[in-house]
Amino acid sequence: MDASDAGFIKQHLIDPEICIRCNTCESICPLKAITHDDNNYVVDAAICNRCMACISPCPTGSIDNWRMVPKASAYSTEEQLGWDELPAELSDEQLAEAGVPADALADVAAGAPDLPGAASDAAVFNAAQYGALLPPWSAAHAYTNLYGPKAATKILVATVGGNVRVTAVGKDYDTHHIVLDFGHTPFPVLEGQSIGIVPPGVDAHGKPHHPRQYSVASPRNGERPGYNNLSLTVKRVLEDHQGHPVRGVASNYVCDLKVGDKVQVIGPFGASFLMPNHPKSHIVMICTGTGSAPMRAMTEWRRRLRASGKFEGGKLMLFFGARTKEELPYFGPLQNLPKDFIDINFAFSRTPGQPKVYVQDAMRARAADVARLLADANSFFYVCGLKSMEEGVVLALRDIAVQAGLNWDEIAVALKRDGRLHLETY
Amino acid sequence: MSSINYSDKIPNNVNLSEDRALQRALEQWQPNYLQWWGDMGPDGSQDFDVYLRTAVSVDPEGWAQFGHVKMPDYRWGIFLNPAEADRKIHFGDHKGEAAWQDVPGEYRANLRRIIVTQGDTEPASVEQQRHLGMTCPSQYDLRNLFQVNVEEGRHLWAMVYLLHKHFGRDGREEGEALLERRSGDQDHPRILQAFNEKTPDWLSFFMFTYFTDRDGKFQLCALAESSFDPLARTTKFMLTEEAHHMFVGESGISRVIQRTCAAMNELKTDDVAKLRAAGVIDLPTLQRYLNFHFSVTIDLFGADESSNAATFYSTGLKGRFEEGKRSDDHQLRGQTYKVLAVSNGQLVEREVPMLNALNEVLRDDYIKDSVGGVNRWNKVIEKAGIPFRLVTPHKAFHRNIGALAGAKVSPDGRVISEAEWNANVDHWLPSGSDRAFVASLMGRVVEPGQFANWIAPPMMGINRQPVNFDYVRFN
Repeated sequence: MDASDAGFIKQHLIDPEICIRCNTCESICPLKAITHDDNNYVVDAAICNRCMACISPCPTGSIDNWRMVPKASAYSTEEQLGWDELPAELSDEQLAEAGVPADALADVAAGAPDLPGAASDAAVFNAAQYGALLPPWSAAHAYTNLYGPKAATKILVATVGGNVRVTAVGKDYDTHHIVLDFGHTPFPVLEGQSIGIVPPGVDAHGKPHHPRQYSVASPRNGERPGYNNLSLTVKRVLEDHQGHPVRGVASNYVCDLKVGDKVQVIGPFGASFLMPNHPKSHIVMICTGTGSAPMRAMTEWRRRLRASGKFEGGKLMLFFGARTKEELPYFGPLQNLPKDFIDINFAFSRTPGQPKVYVQDAMRARAADVARLLADANSFFYVCGLKSMEEGVVLALRDIAVQAGLNWDEIAVALKRDGRLHLETY
Repeated sequence: MSSINYSDKIPNNVNLSEDRALQRALEQWQPNYLQWWGDMGPDGSQDFDVYLRTAVSVDPEGWAQFGHVKMPDYRWGIFLNPAEADRKIHFGDHKGEAAWQDVPGEYRANLRRIIVTQGDTEPASVEQQRHLGMTCPSQYDLRNLFQVNVEEGRHLWAMVYLLHKHFGRDGREEGEALLERRSGDQDHPRILQAFNEKTPDWLSFFMFTYFTDRDGKFQLCALAESSFDPLARTTKFMLTEEAHHMFVGESGISRVIQRTCAAMNELKTDDVAKLRAAGVIDLPTLQRYLNFHFSVTIDLFGADESSNAATFYSTGLKGRFEEGKRSDDHQLRGQTYKVLAVSNGQLVEREVPMLNALNEVLRDDYIKDSVGGVNRWNKVIEKAGIPFRLVTPHKAFHRNIGALAGAKVSPDGRVISEAEWNANVDHWLPSGSDRAFVASLMGRVVEPGQFANWIAPPMMGINRQPVNFDYVRFN
């Protein structure tokens, strides 16, 4: 899931101190989102869909700047034209103060289990910078924004085809597997993409609810192969990040849906968190809670390909964390996958009588295998879950590389540049 | 001769693997090109592994592939920008007709001349810059020089492709001649004078890439409007590479300024002698280099009144900068434009037919674009709190082509006497001692992450690599 249409956007900006005004980006932008005056070249946040076509042609690197901002106060092109330098990044506190309702943040998170704080040196370690902005070279082309505020059709109505609980019955966690059917309306999605759901009704201020994003949990050819449907993994949000009780508007709406109900949908979103499709490409999946949705989608697509006998997939390695095994969505079906198909590593942080194990601990335990994959240009890493897992995971990757005698700086650059490390945290 | 694996060795989107005629022409030409590169390409660099960008296709993913390669093994490709369906001629007498996919017989000579003149500048600049590697201020800069060189080489390929594909035997002969002329050679000079000048030091190189490659940008932009569609599409793609060259120039000078300003603040002085003793290039010297390169480059646009320019435009061979974005009638008959001349000791403006003044129109567009970058350099000086500003000289200053050729005009645009010119020329243009001083700074620095004392490190590396990356492996 990313945060667009959920209050925040990652706004694309050009650094006026480095840009030489060569016009390459403007001439290459397929959406004409880039314009200029005598002073600056600027990107219109209302048009840019982060397709990245301008990134590698830029001779200076000035094009590759991103700022997390509240959508409502994205920098206008007029503002940008007046800049001599980029504004400072907004701090987390500023973002929190920026007027996005607390339940929206909680709902964006869609309730993953709790996670450890980042490792001790995380304070000076910016994990997000390691994430790739481009998909793997063999990714399929992703359609984005077919429905939404900027599209010809603003909203699509889907029909609920199924809603089953995928975690064991417990008191404070309740995760559902929702199937949405699109009938004859085009809604092509790839594993790793997400969609937005618009809850009905209005919020406390009398405004329509803003859409909430959920990762697709099914493969490209449908939750049921050959059908125009997809599935989502949604956790009922009953408390916010600070543990205060709150009923997440969207998650509770979705978890309570009945078969046959109509749901307002926008999307698809996301053009970089996509799986490689070339033979013998390896996929390393690191997730917690409902961050497993895209991992389920990728795994299931590889499983279907394997069953067809026509595709030689590489290794699949999964690191899956939760508080307890009862909270793991899809725990049962995962156990049934052949060992030679997927290498599964669980990490439980709240199993009574057991030490806490986080996903990064599980990764370190498998350092030798992870290091081999880090060094292999055919392996691709996907991280999805709560924001706080990001640092721990990237630090673990770094330590594993260093301990194996690999040059982390070079590997980190390659992971980012070649679309090999994808971070999708919320 | 025929051991070329076409799709692999020569990335292209011109269907080379099935075009036998083109293959035969290239089989002749390519070994001579490599021979030329060996003789006249970057000196002593043939065995280096250089972190270069190679274009393998014209889409955003394909045209910026990075990796270490030996320059003689560089995959010089042939690329046209994707075709625009049903493209129409949008200026001149043929406006509204379909763009030409082949050369119209009546314009063959002029088109060939335009392509050869453009093509000739590409190997010329490689020749001008061939010794600079010996005195590079860093590995990062060395890599940028080589990137500029291989891309000039590819631009030569682009022009030779047009000659081979569309001009038959004449084209093949012109292709060979492009490899035979030599920059600065008395008997076989390059066609345009600026490309026979020396590029003796890195300050000149940065000024050249900022000012002279920007002329390239404007010429390519004008050709990208051409009614001859293959020329338009080729030059459009070349522009994406030209941008890198201007980046090298703009950021190079900016880093020199940054270093000088830092030394000025450290030493708390603007005394030229003290700054030179500290091994940095004083701002007045930078201004003189700027005056030289600016004035020499604006000569490249040609005479301010030119019937050739009018013909090229009216016949649809060469448009104006951003022709498609202009809102006039795109034919310009009966319109006028102001050009400068010296009359009675004064600079005066004269109205002349716009069609004849199209060189001047392009020159003025160029000047506006150049000034923008100079202002960005001034921001670096301003940020350092130093009360000095670089300025581009008046366009009549130090001109050798057109109505202003030989006129004695000061950088601020006053017509002056021969005596005043002689008394001040060393304040306005780099003197022998300026050049000797700059040359004295040119030592070779090649340890990763190290930079010569006269230039600041860049803000960021190439392709998101760190600044101290090993951009060149010397083997």
